Amino acid sequence: MIEVRGLGVSLGGRPVLREVGVTVAAGSWLAVIGPNGAGKSTLLKAMIGLLPHEGSVLVGGGEVRRMKPRERARLIAYAPQNPVLPADMTVADYAILGRTPYIPYLARESAHDREVTRSVLSRLDLTEFSERPLGHLSGGERQRVVLARALTQQAPVLLLDEPTTALDLGHQQQVLELVDRLRLDDTLTVVTTLHDLSLAGQYADTLLLLSQGHAAASGPPQNVLTKPLLTRHFDAHVQVTPDDYGRPVIHLIRPGE
Amino acid sequence: MRRTWWAVGVAVLVLLGCMTAGLLVGAAGLAPGSVLSALLDRLPFVSLDSGLLPVEQGVLFELRVPRVLLAALVGGLLAIAGAGYQGVFRNPLADPYLLGAAAGAGLTVTLVIVVVGDSGVVPVAAFVGAVGGVFLAYALGSSAGRGGGTATLVLAGVAVTSFLTAIQTFVQQLKVEELQRVYSWILGDVGGGWPQLLMIAPYALVSVMVMLAHGRLLDVLAVGDDEATSLGLRARRVRFFVLLAASLATASAVAVSGLIAFVGIVVPHVVRRLAGWSYRIVLPLSLLGGAAFLVVADLVARTVLAPAELPIGVVTAFVGAPFFVLVLRLTKRVDA
Repeated sequence: MIEVRGLGVSLGGRPVLREVGVTVAAGSWLAVIGPNGAGKSTLLKAMIGLLPHEGSVLVGGGEVRRMKPRERARLIAYAPQNPVLPADMTVADYAILGRTPYIPYLARESAHDREVTRSVLSRLDLTEFSERPLGHLSGGERQRVVLARALTQQAPVLLLDEPTTALDLGHQQQVLELVDRLRLDDTLTVVTTLHDLSLAGQYADTLLLLSQGHAAASGPPQNVLTKPLLTRHFDAHVQVTPDDYGRPVIHLIRPGE
Repeated sequence: MRRTWWAVGVAVLVLLGCMTAGLLVGAAGLAPGSVLSALLDRLPFVSLDSGLLPVEQGVLFELRVPRVLLAALVGGLLAIAGAGYQGVFRNPLADPYLLGAAAGAGLTVTLVIVVVGDSGVVPVAAFVGAVGGVFLAYALGSSAGRGGGTATLVLAGVAVTSFLTAIQTFVQQLKVEELQRVYSWILGDVGGGWPQLLMIAPYALVSVMVMLAHGRLLDVLAVGDDEATSLGLRARRVRFFVLLAASLATASAVAVSGLIAFVGIVVPHVVRRLAGWSYRIVLPLSLLGGAAFLVVADLVARTVLAPAELPIGVVTAFVGAPFFVLVLRLTKRVDA
């Protein structure tokens, strides 16, 4: 579904990503991991076409940067790490923004757009919040609302930049479970950046480890979340143990113990 | 949606009320009943004898009617332009003069008054100056800013404003005896009559239509450029069209009324407090609310010290500021 080849991005003359390549099968989940400043968010922004880049990003067989904005938005939905949530806007008004790529330039939302929004809100248990302003939501609710906007886009590809930032343990799990359920129900292809490595290992089919702008490793979680790789690229003392299902779990170990 | 129509309906009634008051009251002391009859007499299929003398008819139809219409048009244009600028810049302090329209018009008008000495071309000069100021700021901001962000554009507007104001001050100092005329132009006046009204009507119509058509897109822009772009919106194009229309509206208003302050920044905020955040409602209500506000301000300006007149710019701030504080207090809310 997604094929990234030889991707390079420079910001302000400084190379941030170099020669990154990765393939994501339709309906699968790719988690992009890496230390701070490795270029994770930049990779997502380049994939949606927000940043000028070298190399190519193919989604559904088409080159992203050659797509018209509306065409691209019907194919890829994107939620940034810190989405702008205008405090006065209601949940329903925010969610329906996801219909933007389906509404002609100077036209207004159709009954169908409103119906899609209603059903997405009900799927995410947000119906009772419909008329509530975004400024009055908790962190977990906000994240669900951002997902709702992405889902009303009805795009087969979902790019989520750190969807669990600022959420407590339980809400992190709930959001990722929700994403996984939606992925399976709608055969969505999901790409997330995740700073929590154990969560990344639990939910993703494939991991891409970025380090200093290049792809240091990629593959199934057990091949990427290894002690040597994590020690080297995160400069961390860790222990990796498999959970009951064989997925790697990362523990931080104090140096010297 | 139903709420929108309700709000627009109420605003139209308020505006009509204000305009009627503006028509009935004036320095000439025409009897309100006669004025009403004379106005109704002009409607098709209505024939009434107002009892007004021809001179009084002249006062009503050549002075008062165009004056009220011009006040309404200028107020509406400034307010909707302010709302448009605030939407484009996502900045509550944005006003129609942000990008150099006021300074540009101030300079060209000063030049015309000081150098040419002919008041007849002042409106044209003001229009050209306002458009030129915005164009300069836009060109400067676009060439200096990367990625089409708005911050550089605002700074360019500040730079252009300072620069043009400096030249204007210098020119003005060269001929201090014209200071009074320049100053009274700056403070604003809506007594230009039918010719000025007709002069700006086409620009006003086009700019208002374009802005009203962009309400939904400004709402999308509220989530920021990156996200709006990811939603398939060409953020730069939307911004360009709205800026173009808002600047045209501002230039039209400035051309016939001088630099009336306060309307463009405050009316959209009052509307937001009363009717919500969406530009689909903020834009039309700003148009109607700004019109009503300036009609009332002009009514105050020409009656309080009658037969003398206060500059309308003084009244907008004097009446507007306390009103704004009142609205802020009555609609208290937690700032995000």
